[in-house]
Amino acid sequence: MTKKKIQIIVCGGTGCSDKNSNAVAESLTIEIEANALENDVKVVRSGCFGLCNLGPVVRVMPDDVVYIGVKPSDAQEIIDEHIMKGRVVERLLFTDALTGKKLRSAQEMSGYRKQMRIVLRNCGIIDPENIEEAIAHDAYEALARVLTTMTPDEVIKIVKDSGLRGRGGGGFPTGLKWEIARKNKADEKYVVCNADEGDPGAFMDRSVLEGDPHAVLEAMAICGYCIEASKGLIYIRAEYPLAVARLKTAIAQAKEYGLLGENIMNTGFSFDIEIRYGAGAFVCGEETALIHSMEGLRGEPTVKPPFPAEAGFRGKPTNVNNVETFACISPIILKGAEWFSSIGTEKSKGTKVFALAGKINNVGLIEVPMGTTLREVIFEIGGGIRNGKKFKAAQTGGPSGGCLTEKHLDTPIDFDNLVAAGSMMGSGGLIVMDEDDCMVSVAKFFLDFTVEESCGKCAPCRIGNKRLHELLEHITKGKGVPADLDRLRNMCLVIKDTSLCGLGQSSPNPVLSTLENFKDEYEAHVTAKKCPAGKCRDLMEYFIIAENCVGCTACARVCPVNAITGERKEPHVINPEICIKCGACKEKCKFDAIIIK
Amino acid sequence: MKKINSVEDLRKAKEKILAGMHGKGKGEKEKVLVRVHCGTSGLASGAKEILDFLTLELEKRNIDATVIRTGDMGYCYAEPTIEVTRPGESPVVFGYVDKIKADEIIEKFIKNGDFVDGIIPVNYRTID
Amino acid sequence: METITLTIDNKKVDVPRGTTILKAARQLGIDIPTLCYMELHDMNIENRPAGCRICVTEVQGRRNLAPACATKCEDGMVVKTHTTRVLNARRTVMEFILSDHPKDCLICPKSGNCELQSMAHKLGIREIPGAEIAAMSTYRKDTSPSIIRDLDKCIMCRRCEMMCNDVQTVGALSAVNRGFMAAVAPAFEQNLEHSPCTYCGQCVAVCPTGALTEVDHTPEVLRVLADPTKTVVVQTAPAVRAALGEEFGMKPGTLVTGKMVTALRALGFDYVFDTDFAADLTIMEEGTELLDRLNRYLKGDKTARLPILTSCCPGWVNFFEYYFPDLKEVPSTAKSPQQMFGAIAKSYFAEKIKVNRKDLVVVSIMPCLAKKYECQRDEFSVDGNRDVDFSISTRELAAFIKQANLDLNNLEEGEFDAPLGESTGAGVIFGTTGGVIEAAVRTAYEIHTGKKLDRIDFTELRGLEGVRQAAIDFDGLEVRIGIAHGLGNARKLLNDVREGKSQFHAIEVMACPGGCIGGGGQPLHHGNSEIIKARAAAIYEEDRKKPLRKSHENPFIIKLYEEFLGKPNSEKAHHLLHTKYFEKKKKIIVKQ
Repeated sequence: MTKKKIQIIVCGGTGCSDKNSNAVAESLTIEIEANALENDVKVVRSGCFGLCNLGPVVRVMPDDVVYIGVKPSDAQEIIDEHIMKGRVVERLLFTDALTGKKLRSAQEMSGYRKQMRIVLRNCGIIDPENIEEAIAHDAYEALARVLTTMTPDEVIKIVKDSGLRGRGGGGFPTGLKWEIARKNKADEKYVVCNADEGDPGAFMDRSVLEGDPHAVLEAMAICGYCIEASKGLIYIRAEYPLAVARLKTAIAQAKEYGLLGENIMNTGFSFDIEIRYGAGAFVCGEETALIHSMEGLRGEPTVKPPFPAEAGFRGKPTNVNNVETFACISPIILKGAEWFSSIGTEKSKGTKVFALAGKINNVGLIEVPMGTTLREVIFEIGGGIRNGKKFKAAQTGGPSGGCLTEKHLDTPIDFDNLVAAGSMMGSGGLIVMDEDDCMVSVAKFFLDFTVEESCGKCAPCRIGNKRLHELLEHITKGKGVPADLDRLRNMCLVIKDTSLCGLGQSSPNPVLSTLENFKDEYEAHVTAKKCPAGKCRDLMEYFIIAENCVGCTACARVCPVNAITGERKEPHVINPEICIKCGACKEKCKFDAIIIK
Repeated sequence: MKKINSVEDLRKAKEKILAGMHGKGKGEKEKVLVRVHCGTSGLASGAKEILDFLTLELEKRNIDATVIRTGDMGYCYAEPTIEVTRPGESPVVFGYVDKIKADEIIEKFIKNGDFVDGIIPVNYRTID
Repeated sequence: METITLTIDNKKVDVPRGTTILKAARQLGIDIPTLCYMELHDMNIENRPAGCRICVTEVQGRRNLAPACATKCEDGMVVKTHTTRVLNARRTVMEFILSDHPKDCLICPKSGNCELQSMAHKLGIREIPGAEIAAMSTYRKDTSPSIIRDLDKCIMCRRCEMMCNDVQTVGALSAVNRGFMAAVAPAFEQNLEHSPCTYCGQCVAVCPTGALTEVDHTPEVLRVLADPTKTVVVQTAPAVRAALGEEFGMKPGTLVTGKMVTALRALGFDYVFDTDFAADLTIMEEGTELLDRLNRYLKGDKTARLPILTSCCPGWVNFFEYYFPDLKEVPSTAKSPQQMFGAIAKSYFAEKIKVNRKDLVVVSIMPCLAKKYECQRDEFSVDGNRDVDFSISTRELAAFIKQANLDLNNLEEGEFDAPLGESTGAGVIFGTTGGVIEAAVRTAYEIHTGKKLDRIDFTELRGLEGVRQAAIDFDGLEVRIGIAHGLGNARKLLNDVREGKSQFHAIEVMACPGGCIGGGGQPLHHGNSEIIKARAAAIYEEDRKKPLRKSHENPFIIKLYEEFLGKPNSEKAHHLLHTKYFEKKKKIIVKQ
């Protein structure tokens, strides 16, 4: 036994907890006490190791030995063999299926972690307001290499070969976009960074800008070199004050260090970046609307073509990429196209950052290789559904995406699979719904947003979405009829088919996909006039089960509208005519006598 | 730092920074490095308070440490989060940090290397 | 230009690259319905925001339907314009549009002339599904002296916005709000009166629905006509006779001068006069002013401001008062023909027929909406009694004639009354762009040189290009003339004047594209610029047929000066026939 204090870390993440890691920790503690080691050995609970399918995971420090699939009964052996005798328990180590090699340390096992940080590589690591820390973490190294050793065409080739596709939603190949912008000759061109992250619940771009602004600045300069632009513009929403402040600092520092501005690193290449503010309009994430907004015009899309690469900002060729896309550029240059394209699926390369939200335990940002399944994202990385509820659906692609269901859990997530499943990648929002969510209401909720955010330029989006919303409202109030569902579907299809920009072309997705995947729920609303999830207030009725009611009068006393009557010690009754469905009675009842019908 | 006028300058600058950087220098007496994740999620959950607390307390308790402010790592559910690197050791991330927890981290982990509950293990692959 | 070939509805068509699907289809005689789209090709005016989505078509290989108006043809493109998918989409979108449109067609000023109504009919819409739960976007109604905005009827076609900003550069109207509440309005949803609006009425002229209409003064006119204590005099502007017939099914460009006179008389007007008379008078004053300034300038008088700018267009006057107040001493001080007429009618003529000016009502028939505002200006009334009491548009007159059960087609040719009904060809051509300056040249030349013109038609001053210029030889003196129609074009010339770069001696400006014939009060052209060309041709035809074609030869004008005014630019003429200009304050009133 070593002199140094030993600490045994037991994973307390949801995956491992479900596999009884608590009991493992307890057994370990008992064994430690049994051997009177409590002064030298400690058991600590941790969060998720990201190795959920191998759990429960136990890591012994400072030896850095990771045991997997540990059962409470293994505690004795771990203490006896490893702690007392310093001998690693081989049978609890992880075996690499390909090589048959036993892996010991967390480092060796890192390849089995579901997450991979390329975009978020420096987030949380460097001080974003200190360019020196960024430089120490390879910032501007790729720019230096590009400017001194590569031609624009060579850089574009690498980006093309890497298979990088735009992370803003559409998934257009980035290298191709650059190539088109390069080919369009003009006296001035622009590089625009789209940081108008507008999806509710999505904040990956914000995190990158707050944590690693130089990653974006450097990539914009590289893009400028490729397309022969000397001016970059970052369109960022004014609601991101911290990101704005850090960007400003980063730009100022980069200029001070000569990494932006005139004659960068004495290579003859000049590139300057300015910030433009958005006032928080979702539609300004659409590139033509974004450009109009930057020009001081109303933030409205125009028909494409012409694409910005032909006639963009001030009518000049303009390359617009989103923050996350830019953040992928430097690693691609430094590590090569082959490295990047080895990650991900056939048509979607690299990683994707998702913002997990909704009824999920580990709300936050994750970055996973393309092709990771929804199950892995939700149940392993995301820690599963909150409060042990049942998974119902996951909305990807923000308000314009669709709902994925249980049958999609094992589909590898990439651009094309999501579209095939009736949703989209969007910017990477992922909102999880559980059994308590009414899918009609969910669709209505998302439409609420698009109705509010439509610019109003084209009729189907301006009026159609409003009508969709009204009809959903009608249905959730129990006033719908079966024929409404056909009308709903037709409206969705026409709005998608005829809208001017991506907003209207995708806004009916939540309705269409829920209509597709949860048809029975819609039907219940329009035929039986019931909300299976018990969410639609107008469709529920509070009811007292006479057998359970003891006549304590607690419910009658709490009812704000005196809808409950009954004698003391006699079963009470709720008058549905008066009841406002506030739920106070149900909460108060100690005898489970009140139910929602 | 003077202006970087060539690629060579950039390389030199990088080496110089690395040599002088907290916890990464070779041979030099190393300090404890504390990163407080101060992105919007972190700040909204009270990271600024933790940043100030740690900066003040580490100095008060005569611990040779550098406290820096970084962006978030994405562990929104566990904010505020901090990462502590003891000299020569791997960084350890702690979540749900309040002042009481921060105090515990100073006393147990920073001073003695004893882990406390709330560790968020490295659950991702990096690119190097 | 490169030619490409595409297939529309199984028919091949060759078009130059850059052609839209809509135009290619029209080349094949395929009618793709459009709503927001509008084009006046002779004036380079095109509106294609691709917002209504009625013109969507199916393009092979594209995921979504493509708007024909804004999608450029590509080589080998295969387009279908009337598939079931397209028809269903068109109908559904039309239902959407109608679901947010008031159904008060019975009393809507645009009823029968509404493009939305026609489209609903064309697409066979008989009910609006879900209308019972459909909320409407509603807005405050705004009535200005000339124009009524009823945004409940706005369908966001953006034509008015394009006219106001791109063509007229007035900048009074732009899209406000977003989503369901989006509409086109002045900034901060202010009233038009608090905006830079010039009341040119081009927004009204292009509005497909009843969202923008003129203020209707026919009820007031009817009331005074029915009042036996009033003597009601009417004056008709030159452009009216070239367009009124269109409202009665006549071919554009049909002159209806005589029938119009008969109709007015039948409506009960006591005297039917002609604004052309006042136009001749304007030439006398303005021409004299031009020559005076020119002579002073040639003699080295530094106070002589050149170029002289015409001032007969009230939209134009509003424009420079708002945007170029620093140049307000530059335009001619001559009143517009409408106001000269009013001033003479209520002085000289009232005296002649011995009627108190308070009992004499002057009504003008104008192709213009700004005239409604002009006649309400404080400086054009005496003790609160306006020189021109009411101004009604060509469209209002047509409606009025129909109300009286008169069929213009079958009316006799009447003659204007004397003395204010006599005019020369010079007065007539005031109605079209280039006409005022041509009329001025005819008179100024003869006065200046003392010689007879051997050529009366100055064709170099005619045409529809937005900015034109010509140099006229005044017997050795070269007079350089600029012409602009449409306020955007005027702005270009005005900027030159402001910067001292203008080479012109005289500039004619008319606010409306085409001049008065394309005025905001004319029968709606619905985007057909052939109509405007035909009206211009009619005006020149009337001029050609006139025995007298120079203002100073008008015997009643000569008599008016002899009997009443003295000579042009006399003190009395100044008092009655000249005005001054005011700086219009830019005021934004945030709280109504």
